[in-house]
Amino acid sequence: MSRRYDSRTTIFSPEGRLYQVEYAMEAIGNAGTAIGILSKDGVVLVGEKKVTSKLLQTSTSTEKMYKIDDHVACAVAGIMSDANILINTARVQAQRYTYAYQEPMPVEQLVQSLCDTKQGYTQFGGLRPFGVSFLFAGWDKNFGFQLYMSDPSGNYGGWKAAAIGANNQAAQSILKQDYKDDITREEAVQLALKVLSKTMDSTSLTSDKLELAEVFLSPSGKVKYQVCSPETLTKLLVKHGVTQPATDTA
Amino acid sequence: MECVFGLVGNGFAVVVADTSAVHSILVHKSNEDKIMVLDSHKLIAASGEAGDRVQFTEYIQKNVALYQFRNGIPLTTAAAANFTRGELATALRKSPYFVNILLAGYDKETGPSLYYIDYIASLHKVEKGAFGYGSYFSLSMMDRYFHSGMSVEEAIDLVDKCILEIRSRLVVAPPNFVIKIVDKDGAREYAWRESVKDTTDAPAPAPAPPA
Repeated sequence: MSRRYDSRTTIFSPEGRLYQVEYAMEAIGNAGTAIGILSKDGVVLVGEKKVTSKLLQTSTSTEKMYKIDDHVACAVAGIMSDANILINTARVQAQRYTYAYQEPMPVEQLVQSLCDTKQGYTQFGGLRPFGVSFLFAGWDKNFGFQLYMSDPSGNYGGWKAAAIGANNQAAQSILKQDYKDDITREEAVQLALKVLSKTMDSTSLTSDKLELAEVFLSPSGKVKYQVCSPETLTKLLVKHGVTQPATDTA
Repeated sequence: MECVFGLVGNGFAVVVADTSAVHSILVHKSNEDKIMVLDSHKLIAASGEAGDRVQFTEYIQKNVALYQFRNGIPLTTAAAANFTRGELATALRKSPYFVNILLAGYDKETGPSLYYIDYIASLHKVEKGAFGYGSYFSLSMMDRYFHSGMSVEEAIDLVDKCILEIRSRLVVAPPNFVIKIVDKDGAREYAWRESVKDTTDAPAPAPAPPA
C-alpha cells in the first residue's frame, strides 16, 4: 500500500489512484443508506436515519433530505457537516442561475455545477474532498423527472434507481432485479421501502428510523417536494407490510 | 438617427433595422446589417454606439452559443433576453454599453416573442417595439394598424407603412432597411428595402475617341 501518497489529495499514487477520494467514499459507506427511484410521475427518495431519538424535533429538521430549489431536492449520505456546505453551494448556484435567466436551473446543470465544485477539491488547494454522496431528484421542462447520483470524486450519473451509503451494493442489486421502467410513484415508494427494509441492519422498520420524500407535479403543473410525515409514513409501512406491528406490552 | 422596430405576428416575429453606418455628417456605408442572428431561432436588432453595438451583441451571441455547447439545449428567448439585460445591468454602473436591443425569438413551447431591452437595462416583453427617432413614426403607425395575430403579409405591409413614414417624415432619414423574420423554421433574412444603392461598381470606361 503506497501510504506515502495518502496525505496530499492533489497527487496520484503510483497505481494511478487518488487515495483521499477513495477514503472519502469509505467514510460514506458507514453512513445511513439513501435510495432514490425514478418513476413515470415522480421521484422517490428514502433515507435511513442514524440519529433516532424521541427528543429529535422531526417537524422542522430533516437528517437526510434537503430542498435545493423549488424543483430540486436531494438525499445525502456521509459527513453531515460537509453535506451542509455543499447543499448551501447548490442552493446558491440554483438561485444565481434563476437571477441571470429568470428560469429554474435545469437539474443536470445544477448537479454538474456542484460536481465541478467537488472536483476542485480533488485537484488543487490541498484541501480534502467532501465526504458526501448525493442523490438529486428533480424536474425540469427539458427532461421531466430525473435522478442523479454524485460522489466525492465529482463524478455523477443519471439513474433510474440508485443507492448510496451503507449496504448500497446490496440495495443496488435488489433495485436492479425489481425495478421496472414504467413504475408508478406509489409502486416506487413501495419498492424503496422494501429495499430499505432488506438492507437495513435493524430488525424492524419504524417511521422514526426513516425519512421519505417525493418530488412530483401537482395537478396545476407545479413541482412539489413533499416530505412524508411520521404518521403517514407509519401507515405506509404497515400498508406495504415492511414493519413489525407494535407488540402489546403487558 | 438609427431606426429599429419590430412586432409579433401569428407564429412569427419580425424585426426591421436601418442599414446606414454614419459618422457625423458622413455615411460610411448604407448596407450595414444591424440585425444579428443570435442562434437558429433568435434575432437581435441593435442600435446605438457603433463599437458597443457589435461588441455587445457578439458577446451575447457567443455566450448563447457556449450555453448550448455546454448544456446540449438552447436557451429560451426569455432566458436569453434576461441574460442580455443582466449583462447590461452589470456594466451599467461601471462602463455602460450604449446599445438598444430588440430581441425576437421563437420557442417551440411558447411561440414567437419580442423583448425590448434599452441601454439602461430595462426589459419588457412586448408585441411591438421601436428605438430611435424613427420610433416616433413607427410606433404611431403600429399603434394604428397593429392587431394580434397578423399574418406575414399583413405584418410586412405594416412594416412598409412604417418605413414609408420614416422616409418621408424624418429629416435625416436612413434610405435603406433590412427586414428579418423568425418563426418555427428559424431566423432568416426576409428582405431589403433599398432606395439608394451603394455605388461600388467602377464607372464604365469612357469610349475610345474616334480616330
